[in-house]
Amino acid sequence: MQSDGQALLADGSADPLLCLRQITKNFGRHTVLRNISLSVASGEFLTILGESGSGKTTLLRILAGFEQPSSGEVWMAGERLDPLPPYQRKVNTVFQNYALFPHLTVEENVAYGPRVAGVSFDEVRTRVADALTKVRMLSFKSYRPANISGGQQQRVALARALVNQPRLLLLDEPLSALDANLRRQMQVELKALQREVGITFILVTHDQEEAMTMSDRIALLRSGELEQVAAPDEIYCRPATSYTAQFIGHSNLLPATVRQGMARTGSLAWPANVPDGSALFSLRPECIRAAIATPGAVRFRALVLDYAFHGASELVRIETAESLTLTVRCPQRGLLRGHVELEFSPEDVVLVRESAA
Amino acid sequence: MGLVMTQNDWNRGRIALAVYAALLFAFLYLPVLVLVVYSCNGQGVGGFPPHNFTLRWYSLLFQDDAIWRSVGNSIVVALASVLIGLALGIPAALALDRASFPGKRAFRRLVLLPLVLPGIITGLSLLMLFREADVKLSLATVILGHGTALISVATTEVYASLQRLERVQEEASLDLGANYWQTFWRITFPHMRLSIIAAALLIFTLSIDEIAVSFFLIGRENTLPLEIWGRLRRGITPEINAISTIIFVFSLLTILAWYRLRIRGKGETEPFQAAEPLP
Repeated sequence: MQSDGQALLADGSADPLLCLRQITKNFGRHTVLRNISLSVASGEFLTILGESGSGKTTLLRILAGFEQPSSGEVWMAGERLDPLPPYQRKVNTVFQNYALFPHLTVEENVAYGPRVAGVSFDEVRTRVADALTKVRMLSFKSYRPANISGGQQQRVALARALVNQPRLLLLDEPLSALDANLRRQMQVELKALQREVGITFILVTHDQEEAMTMSDRIALLRSGELEQVAAPDEIYCRPATSYTAQFIGHSNLLPATVRQGMARTGSLAWPANVPDGSALFSLRPECIRAAIATPGAVRFRALVLDYAFHGASELVRIETAESLTLTVRCPQRGLLRGHVELEFSPEDVVLVRESAA
Repeated sequence: MGLVMTQNDWNRGRIALAVYAALLFAFLYLPVLVLVVYSCNGQGVGGFPPHNFTLRWYSLLFQDDAIWRSVGNSIVVALASVLIGLALGIPAALALDRASFPGKRAFRRLVLLPLVLPGIITGLSLLMLFREADVKLSLATVILGHGTALISVATTEVYASLQRLERVQEEASLDLGANYWQTFWRITFPHMRLSIIAAALLIFTLSIDEIAVSFFLIGRENTLPLEIWGRLRRGITPEINAISTIIFVFSLLTILAWYRLRIRGKGETEPFQAAEPLP
């Protein structure tokens, strides 16, 4: 978690589009968001990832202007955003269930924003046609929302938001109502669309796979606090906390004791450049493999407890001599059975902070 | 065998049900039918079976100035009641739906009270109020009486439709750059429109044939129901059958219109269209 909103930017530019400064939100005595500081670069695709109740939707509603932070500030392009009502922000939202206007046609829905903004009749027409073409819904322009499918409504909602040329587009679990196939397809389309229009996207989701495939950066939210903000590969390979390690992908957590540069848990010992004392480490299942005598690797013996087929790989649960249970991802089915000899490289073991319970 | 229901018992049960339904409908609608039939009876209100079909009573009716004067009064009262009912009822519905204020639950019950209250109570209490305030009874007092008694109709109708409006619709409108006023007119109001028309129709019909409240608050000018009631004291005339038939048909049409609007307001969705395959 960075203390200053300016600190982390994907492209290293010093001039973020959006800056959240120590946002806290209370509902009555209940604190939903605590001290959130975050910067988002122009053109970035940021995902706010969290379980239900983590405060991610509240954070999005603060950006859209439907909620006021109890304390803290939101800045966009050098302008204070949080005192502005929703309709004065260059921010648009794709709502979870799309919230299309049922009494208007697809075309009128998309034209809604430019019309209330007083854009000239001809320009509204061209812009709406452009936006509908971009999401391939032009031929449905005279349909009512009730007469098109969920995936089509989703695209109309996108067009309706993008036609206003916002600086920032917010997406509130936009894919959760779609079935798995359509969801994967829309993930690709959405990412491609974002690259094409170059608008900053902030997506809220509870789906870690969605977050990994689409985002430039992921902000992991837990119980109203930012657990870690990092690029998908970094958050996966270098999780900062035990919660991150377990929420994103599988992870083995190793509680160890460090003495003079060596971490030890049971008979497993590996070099770790951390101060003496107890420490928690994370080791991904795919970083443990059948021993092939890699130089510097830590070797150990274990007993296979059980295994589960996972398509391209197999997840195998093993137990070490000291009854430490670990999960191993084995790329070859049936390779690990009975008594096995395994190894891992010390550089794959990541020191993590223990997340508060 | 006695406990087993045979095909015969089953049929007998169905016939009994059909007879019961027919009797019930007869009980409800035979009087109205008699009224309609006798409004065209050549021998006036007497004589059975009716014969000599005639429209004479209708033509007599059209020459009766006092009746038409009272019809005019009733329409004025009904239209004014619609205006009062909507003007006060819609804001009340909006307040109930979205504002939170102390005593909201009590307010909700109180708004509905005039609908449940017997007309006699409403009429009598308003009469006492007007007496106390030294207001002369006239059509204006009748209008105030109907208007206040029927505010609750507008409130309940509009409140019900507001409850069906998803709040996220209004948020989407604000998000797209419409301010609160534009959002009200472009999103909220179109959603309420059907319920407002329905409420207007209902208030109009209820006001047109209202007697109890009017009876207490009427001045020198009669409304139609009071005119009819006054004439009945001198005996039933075929003209009254004729005007009643007209009222009946008119009310029926209005209620039908209201009912249709209500169904439409509940939002029938058309069947899904096949989705266009992606290119």
